[in-house]
Amino acid sequence: MENARKLRILVAKPGLDGHDRGARVIARAFRDAGHEVIYTGCHQTPEQIVSTAIQEDVDMIGLSILSGAHTYSFPKVIDLLKENNALDISVVGGGIFPLEDIPKLKGIGIKEIFEPGAKLTDIIEWVGANIKPREGALQKHGYH
Amino acid sequence: MDIIERVVSGDIRSIARVLRDIDDEIPTARGVLRELYPHTGKAYIVGFTGSPGVGKSALVDQIAIHYRKAGKTVGILAVDPTSPFTGGAILGDRIRMQRHFLDPGVFIRSIATRGHFGGLSRSTNDMVNVLDAAGKDVILVETVGVGQDEVEIANSAHTTVLVTIPGMGDDIQAIKAGIMEIGNIFVVNKADREGSRKTVRELMNLIELRARRQNGGEWEPQIVETEAIKSRGIQELYDAIDKHKTYLMATHSEKWREVAEKRARILLMGALRDNMFKAILERIEKRGSSLDEMAQKIVDKQSDPYTLVQQILESELK
Repeated sequence: MENARKLRILVAKPGLDGHDRGARVIARAFRDAGHEVIYTGCHQTPEQIVSTAIQEDVDMIGLSILSGAHTYSFPKVIDLLKENNALDISVVGGGIFPLEDIPKLKGIGIKEIFEPGAKLTDIIEWVGANIKPREGALQKHGYH
Repeated sequence: MDIIERVVSGDIRSIARVLRDIDDEIPTARGVLRELYPHTGKAYIVGFTGSPGVGKSALVDQIAIHYRKAGKTVGILAVDPTSPFTGGAILGDRIRMQRHFLDPGVFIRSIATRGHFGGLSRSTNDMVNVLDAAGKDVILVETVGVGQDEVEIANSAHTTVLVTIPGMGDDIQAIKAGIMEIGNIFVVNKADREGSRKTVRELMNLIELRARRQNGGEWEPQIVETEAIKSRGIQELYDAIDKHKTYLMATHSEKWREVAEKRARILLMGALRDNMFKAILERIEKRGSSLDEMAQKIVDKQSDPYTLVQQILESELK
C-alpha cells in the first residue's frame, strides 16, 4: 500500500507584524509538495507556537518574521521546545534578518534561515532532504 | 511509565504521538489502541458538520469555552481536506481556536482526510478513542466542509450538530436525503443575515415531517440560531446538546446503548477493513505480484477487476 507517512509542518508568524503573504505562499508551497501544513496565522506568541507544535506532533516549525523580533522569539521557541523535551522538532526561519544574526540563530539550534529571494523550489528541496517524519512513538528509544 | 500509562494520565506529548502513529498507520499503533480501549467509554462526543464556511470552527471554539467554564476537559479533532493531486493539505481550523492554545484542559488536533470520503479521516474514530482514554470529558469532532452525502459523523458522535447559514438554498434542499437527516441539533449560524427566520422555518417543517413518520418518544431535533463570532446563541446550543445527552442517557437508556453499539460497529468494520486489506496485500506481494501489475493486466485487457478479485478471494481466504 502507499506509504501513509507525511511530513507535518507548522507555519507560524510570531510577534506583531501582520504581513503574512510570505507565510501563506510558503504554506501553499509545502501543501503542493505533499506535506500537511498547520497554519495558525499572525500574532502568535512563542508559547502558542510550541504548544501547537506539540499537540499537532509536527516534524518542523517554519517561523516567518519580518519585524526584526527574531532575536527574542526564535531563542524563546527553542527554549520552550527544550523545556518540553521536544527538541526533535526542527525549527527554520524565513524573512528578513541582519546578516550578522544568522550565525547566531544557527548557533542556538535554528536549522536553516531562508532570506528574501530564496526560491520556493530550493526551500522545498531543503525540507525534503533534511526533515523526515519522526519515528513511531514506540520505536523511539530514549524518549522520556 | 510506558506509553499507555502516559496517555491515560493525559500526557500531551504522548497523546500527540500516538495520534500521529494512528494517522500514519504505523503497525504498533494497533497494539496501543488495543491497550487503550478498556479506558474508553467515558467521553461525550459531539460532532459538528456542515458546508464549508458556515462557521463550524468558530462554533467549536465558542462551545469549548462553555465546557471549560463547566469544568470539563475538552478534546478537539478538526478535519480539513487533503489535496487529491499532491496529497498535501493546509489545516487551518486552529486559527479560530487560538484562545485555547495555552489551556492545558484543551487538546486540539488538526487532521487531513488523506483521501477518505465521508467527512472524516479513516483515523478519526480511533483518535477519538485515544482522547477518550486520555480522560477528555468532551470530544468535539469537526468534519471537513461537507456537501450532501457525508454522514459518517452521525455514526461516530453521540450528538450531531448540523450547521447551516441563511440562504443556503431553497426549501427543496431541506427535504433531500442525506446530510439533512443526521442532525440531532440544527444550528443556523450567522443568524444576523437576512433570511435567518426563513431558514429556521424551513428546518421546522423538515423536522415536523420527520416527527410525523415516527411513533412518539423519539428525539425532536432542536433548532438554534447563533452568531458564533459574537458569542450569540452559544448558551442555547450548549443547553440543546445537554438536553440531547440527557435524552440519550437518562430517559431512554437503551438509546445510549444503541449509540455505543453503532460506534462499536464502525470501529470494528474500520479495523477489519484496514487489517484485512493490508494482510491480503502482503500475501499478494509475497507471491511476487502487486496491485500495479494487476492494474497493467486490466489495462491490457488480459484480465478484469472482477476476475482478479474473485481469484484473490479464492486463493487467500480459503
